Amino acid sequence: MTVTDSQTSHGILGTRTLRKEDPKLLSGEAKFTDDLVIPGALYMALLRSNVAHAKIVSIDTEAAKEAPGVVAVYTYDDLKDDWAGPMPCAWPVTPDMKNPNHFPLANGKVNYVGDGIAVVLANSKEQAIDALELISVEYDEIDPVLEIEDSAKDERVIHQDLGTNASFKWDLIPNKDGVDEAFAKAAFTVSERYIQQRIVPAAMEPRSIVVVPAPFGGDFTIYNTTQIPHILKIMLALTVGISESKIRVIAPSVGGGFGSKLDVYAEDVLTLALARKLRKPIRWTEERTENALATIHGRGQVQYIELAADASGKVTAVRVNILADMGAYLQLITPGIPLLGAFLYHGVYDVPNYSFSCTGYFTNKTPTDAYRGAGRPEATFAIERAMDALAHKMGISPIEIRRRNFIKKEQFPYSSAAGLVFDSGDYETNLDKAVGLLGIEEILAEKQRRIDSGSTKLLGLGMSFFVEMCGLAPSRVLASLNYGAGGWEAATVRILPTSKVQVVTGSAPHGQGHETAWAMIVADRLGIDINDIEVLHSDTAIAPHGLDTYGSRSLSVGGSAVHMATEKVLEKARSIAAHQLEVSEADLDYASGMFTVKGSPDKAFPLAGAAFEAFTAHNLPDGMEPNLEASVTWDPPNFTFPYGSHFAVVEIDTETGKVDLLRYLAVDDCGNRVNPLIIEGQVHGGLAQGIAQALFEEAAYDDRGNLITSTLADYLVPSAAEFPFFELDHTITPSPTNPLGVKGIGEAGAIASPPAIINAVVDALNHLGIEDVEMPASPQRVWRAINGAKKG
Amino acid sequence: MFPSSFDYVRASSVSEAISILNNEEDAKLIAGGHSLLPLMKLRLANPSKLVDIGRISDLSYIEDRGDHVAIGALTRHHAIENSQVIKASVPMLSHVASLVGDPSVRHRGTLGGSVSHGDGASDLPAAILALDATLVITSGNGVREVEAKNFFKGFLETDLNQGEILTEIKVPKATGGWSYQKFNRRAQDWAIVGVAAVRNGSTKISLVNMASMPIRAEAVENALSGGASIDEAAALASEGIDPPSDLNASADYRRHLASVLVRRALAEANSN
Ligand SMILES: Cc1cc2nc3c(=O)[nH]c(=O)nc-3n(C[C@H](O)[C@H](O)[C@H](O)COP(=O)(O)OP(=O)(O)OC[C@H]3O[C@@H](n4cnc5c(N)ncnc54)[C@H](O)[C@@H]3O)c2cc1C
Repeated sequence: MTVTDSQTSHGILGTRTLRKEDPKLLSGEAKFTDDLVIPGALYMALLRSNVAHAKIVSIDTEAAKEAPGVVAVYTYDDLKDDWAGPMPCAWPVTPDMKNPNHFPLANGKVNYVGDGIAVVLANSKEQAIDALELISVEYDEIDPVLEIEDSAKDERVIHQDLGTNASFKWDLIPNKDGVDEAFAKAAFTVSERYIQQRIVPAAMEPRSIVVVPAPFGGDFTIYNTTQIPHILKIMLALTVGISESKIRVIAPSVGGGFGSKLDVYAEDVLTLALARKLRKPIRWTEERTENALATIHGRGQVQYIELAADASGKVTAVRVNILADMGAYLQLITPGIPLLGAFLYHGVYDVPNYSFSCTGYFTNKTPTDAYRGAGRPEATFAIERAMDALAHKMGISPIEIRRRNFIKKEQFPYSSAAGLVFDSGDYETNLDKAVGLLGIEEILAEKQRRIDSGSTKLLGLGMSFFVEMCGLAPSRVLASLNYGAGGWEAATVRILPTSKVQVVTGSAPHGQGHETAWAMIVADRLGIDINDIEVLHSDTAIAPHGLDTYGSRSLSVGGSAVHMATEKVLEKARSIAAHQLEVSEADLDYASGMFTVKGSPDKAFPLAGAAFEAFTAHNLPDGMEPNLEASVTWDPPNFTFPYGSHFAVVEIDTETGKVDLLRYLAVDDCGNRVNPLIIEGQVHGGLAQGIAQALFEEAAYDDRGNLITSTLADYLVPSAAEFPFFELDHTITPSPTNPLGVKGIGEAGAIASPPAIINAVVDALNHLGIEDVEMPASPQRVWRAINGAKKG
Repeated sequence: MFPSSFDYVRASSVSEAISILNNEEDAKLIAGGHSLLPLMKLRLANPSKLVDIGRISDLSYIEDRGDHVAIGALTRHHAIENSQVIKASVPMLSHVASLVGDPSVRHRGTLGGSVSHGDGASDLPAAILALDATLVITSGNGVREVEAKNFFKGFLETDLNQGEILTEIKVPKATGGWSYQKFNRRAQDWAIVGVAAVRNGSTKISLVNMASMPIRAEAVENALSGGASIDEAAALASEGIDPPSDLNASADYRRHLASVLVRRALAEANSN
């Protein structure tokens, strides 16, 4: 990006500015969807299937209809004319992708525990839920298909009309001969199989919706705790059959999403369709167990990865085959999730030959979809575990194998064999910094001391070096992947007559701190107080254009748009100031809210004056439109590629199998740093979720397809007590693809940490002959591995 | 998740609570509510009426009575954790209370509620079992006392009858060696397996989450009094016991954990 001489910084970027959002969140002033008081609303409750796979023989709703406070009870048959189409899937990854019938309520058959069967509307939430117990359903059960590899056998086909459990097969094999040849000539190969268990996203705020119809105007205001107010508006208009111009979506305060609120769910469609049908406000808030059953799950893959390497350990080819668990149906972008990792299974390594295949399979489980990192944690886990396996096979250190294979600083921008252009990077410097902070010699010496003394507390050191593609995304690249939307972002910067500033963003924060970061971007350029800047977002009537928040895109795409709009508004103000001072624009300097004439600083005109002139329009340059406002919609030219070295030190109690995380060091490079406090918060949260996948969390099913981890007593979301204080540091390699030079950081921790932890666990146990431990590395699982190795 | 509908009365005295219980068969006492409400929310318990004894303040006390400490049934875990009397006279009990759930659980939950609930996975019932506590039970017929080892009867089943209230727990002073080993995955979790060991004359061992109710590891106790070493005794931790299986631990892993934890508990109890 060109930096014009007019661009000055006021030194706000890069400071640890406290978040403007926090006082209202901490004091309870912030309102979440369920807090909204809407008189006359009906409460919705769903009867959900308690069997994983069955034909519905009959549904009897008569008793529920008579229950106190109940206004209506509906099944699929009652509502089949109340929507215009099936539940949307916006990412048909291949032209022949198989997408099963999927409606908000089950049509004669249920396909997972949690599938909606009937809906009750009542005057209170309690009455609605009590009435569910009065509905009786007769099932004709079918054996469920639960494991991906069983699904692949097609012995039992879940959606009979599709004829197969395979939804799609997607290949990225640019050079098959090259790959085959590399394997044929390889001095070393490794061939690994890894499992990505299913994860429950478990946002702190469960899903919640209020739909308020205007009975005479025919329009609908939808309050929805969503990450994607703009996309939701379009999808609901199409699915329910209401003019898009009649729908306004507002996401009030949103308590986390992690991808689970990047979706269009049955309840979104039902509340809107029922508000239209009954002309009454309809509301619904998910219960915690419903969140585990009927909000999407993340991950869910069986991964096969092979590496070929020459005698020096230089990787010459990567070959990957993924079996991805779609769950019972395709949600908004379910089939695309593996593709978001498809280009990254060679990690940060300069690998000339690349082959990736993925098949999506249906199972009788909750549908999967985006979860923090979406596709990239899976890819990073596979390559980073496989690199350790290669190092082990060659008898060299994990650090050494990585150094031998890094993409070198001079190779950027780097064109990968998979077809990406990595924007910028200096991996060696980043790794050097981490190694310097770690004190490896002492850790390794202590590890050996414990082995030698026969201690029951073994130490393990593990690392991962990750890269991801984020900042979704150049629209044309998304087109090449058949994704059903673009990747631009919109921003408006408006200086009001009293010189206060409004920033309108199409990005939809749900914990990321846009109100602070966007204000900092504007304040840094204009040199004004961030408290004079309000950031407006997450309301389609206020911010009509936007593509929302996911894929670590907000800052690099949306923040860049804000930056550009600020620049544009400042240029307009400059024209007004030049006109007032009767000098040319080029003669003006700008700093801290004041234009001054070069060489005669006493001749000055304030930004506030320009704002007021723009408002009164009494004396504007000829032909200039009134008002001081500018809008930019920006489509990025490329993804951004943040990276970093992560190290974990674990202690394993060999008698119980318990893994204790003693240290975790992350040295991230996310380019220029707007607010280190927010960055560290994002890294902490990402690490907590990634370490949780490695050690604690798993959506576990019994052999009939019941989710046995459906409460937070059984589903082990860790707390601060389970973590050491994270050691964070950073390097800065600006991205050349956006004017701020920034890269994404929201997903980094969740992407990098699972392989670092498992590599550490395996490192601790390696001398016992243990080469892999599945996630989560629970005490029982680790103990069994140790026990098996002893016997082995 | 919320319970099906029920009536609610707040009792201002033990006798009032007893008379309500005697008049309504489905009525249930509620103290801290931290065991009962989860069951009601899952609709596994559906009492017609809750009799709230949570505000009967004269049931909340900790008193040094010479050879034992008397604890009122409504004493909260947090008070037990922080009581100087208990720290001085029954240090294990204070330590165990500090390991229950998280701070909000410890501020609501009561010792009487935990013991009356009799959950085999709970920490405090196992602790008072190893401490050879005596339970004071009040009903319309007066007051009776039961030894902890005769109190727990089965899965969420105790010696309490409808119309009876546990009013006091008498815990013999135990300032000899002790240990409490709680094995769990997250700090806030219930024990996957727990072991309490108390050296007070002989050595008493109780086990958490190894059976449907809190139990004593009798084989270990007998072996120790017969002169067995710690390792020999610990190997008998699950002798005659049929532990449950769940996602966190199969029965065989639980047996293994019990041996490891009993060994550690005995070693620690011997060293303090
Ligand atoms: C999130 C969470 C985590 C927890 N973690 C742990 C843990 O790690 N370890 C652990 O041991 N416990 C744990 N608990 C349980 C906690 O300790 C409970 O508070 C305790 O078990 C019950 O005490 P209460 O006063 O809340 O009883 P209540 O729930 O009020 O009552 C429990 C039962 O006892 C009966 N009852 C209550 N008081 C009396 C009385 N005086 N006389 C006769 N009957 C009575 C009630 O009718 C009811 O049947 C946890 C609970 C929660 C919610």
